[in-house]
Amino acid sequence: MSNTVVATEIEGKAWGGGNEPLKASYGKMMMWFFIVSDALTFSGFLAAYGFSRFKFIDYWPIADEVFTHVPFLHGQELPMIYVAFMTFILIMSSVTMVLAVDAGHHLNKAKVTLYMFLTIIGGLIFVGSQAWEWATFIKGDFGAVQTKGGNILQFVDTEGHRVALRDFVVAEHGERTQHERKNGIWFVSEGTLPTYTVEEVVNGLEAHDNILVRTQLLDENGEKTVLSRAESLKQLKNNGTHVVEGANLHENEYGSPLFADFFFFITGFHGFHVFSGVVINIIIFFNVILGTYEKRKNYEMVEKVGLYWHFVDLVWVFVFTFFYLV
Amino acid sequence: MAHAHKLEIFRGLVKFKSNTQKIWGVLIFLSIITAIEVVLGIYKPESLMAKFIGMKILNWIFIILTLVKAYYITWDFMHMRDEVKALRRMVVWTAIFLILYLIFILLQEGGYIESIYSSGYIKRDF
Repeated sequence: MSNTVVATEIEGKAWGGGNEPLKASYGKMMMWFFIVSDALTFSGFLAAYGFSRFKFIDYWPIADEVFTHVPFLHGQELPMIYVAFMTFILIMSSVTMVLAVDAGHHLNKAKVTLYMFLTIIGGLIFVGSQAWEWATFIKGDFGAVQTKGGNILQFVDTEGHRVALRDFVVAEHGERTQHERKNGIWFVSEGTLPTYTVEEVVNGLEAHDNILVRTQLLDENGEKTVLSRAESLKQLKNNGTHVVEGANLHENEYGSPLFADFFFFITGFHGFHVFSGVVINIIIFFNVILGTYEKRKNYEMVEKVGLYWHFVDLVWVFVFTFFYLV
Repeated sequence: MAHAHKLEIFRGLVKFKSNTQKIWGVLIFLSIITAIEVVLGIYKPESLMAKFIGMKILNWIFIILTLVKAYYITWDFMHMRDEVKALRRMVVWTAIFLILYLIFILLQEGGYIESIYSSGYIKRDF
């Protein structure tokens, strides 16, 4: 009996609280463990992307050719520039966040407020850029024709530069109209019809001698295979089923639909994290202004949301590499 | 807490006077790395296209630079450098072990399926 009491007393000291073997508060530690689990979620996505890419290693779209747009600079091919800008914005907002944490350690309310504000602005710019990039990707650029086997035929000139459908295809008057609930069967509807039909693309290709078809297949130099003139016409006539403009979850003018699916899924999930990070930052920002942490004499809450915010940045660094660079 | 920051990076090669200064130093370092990545990604030098252990040297460079960036974000922005060893290992090694395991399994399987397609046993099965 007496032994038990002694044991309890020792346990009371070791486990009863107040003893911090990790020298971190409960909240901070739990934030770290949440981050570990979230990191595993994201690596699950990125590894699944790698799986699909390895599966179709010879047919995968080249990211450089897909993400070439920069806002306000129409028609210029600037691969990677805008994504690099987004990366920089996010790293910058990470810096303002860590400066806010540092100011919090010195109990400097004015500085914490300023740096939190800047962090929120950075986050908003990033989410806005993300939305713009999605919109550009969904809208598409050049247009392509999908084959019976689900592959994509794109168009290039003799020098290998991409040619948009609108540059050589003429839309004729067609009888086919979009099937809507109000003009057809009420429980069936279809999406927007493509601007051109395959017959119009065939006519356009026959009328322009300098245009060739490019397939998804990558050659040994990592470039897409361009077919000969005769082969181009044959492929298009025999296998073309419909015109694809832009990308959605079913089809993708840039190549494999899986590429679009993973793009929407991974950057979407990351964008959702940034968005919730911004919301949490705003809450903490108002708490700072109201003086909640001033009264507590402790800005640890800023540190905890800071950890989350840096983690979002950390994930982006990996998404940037595996989606845009490699 | 406020004075507990370790102010050296690159194993003591660079030592900063204050935490704020260290933050700006790390920012400059990360920006330089990002710039290198973007320039390499745009120009894709022909000399880096050779394969090394099954992957282009360029891609190895990208992945290594990414890990370097991840290290400095975690160690200096998230203050992992200032945490005790036990917490650091709990977080870092758990994640690294599980992620490497997952990557190995999925990439191995993806490569296997690709080999089935390309060796012609199955044309397209879905």
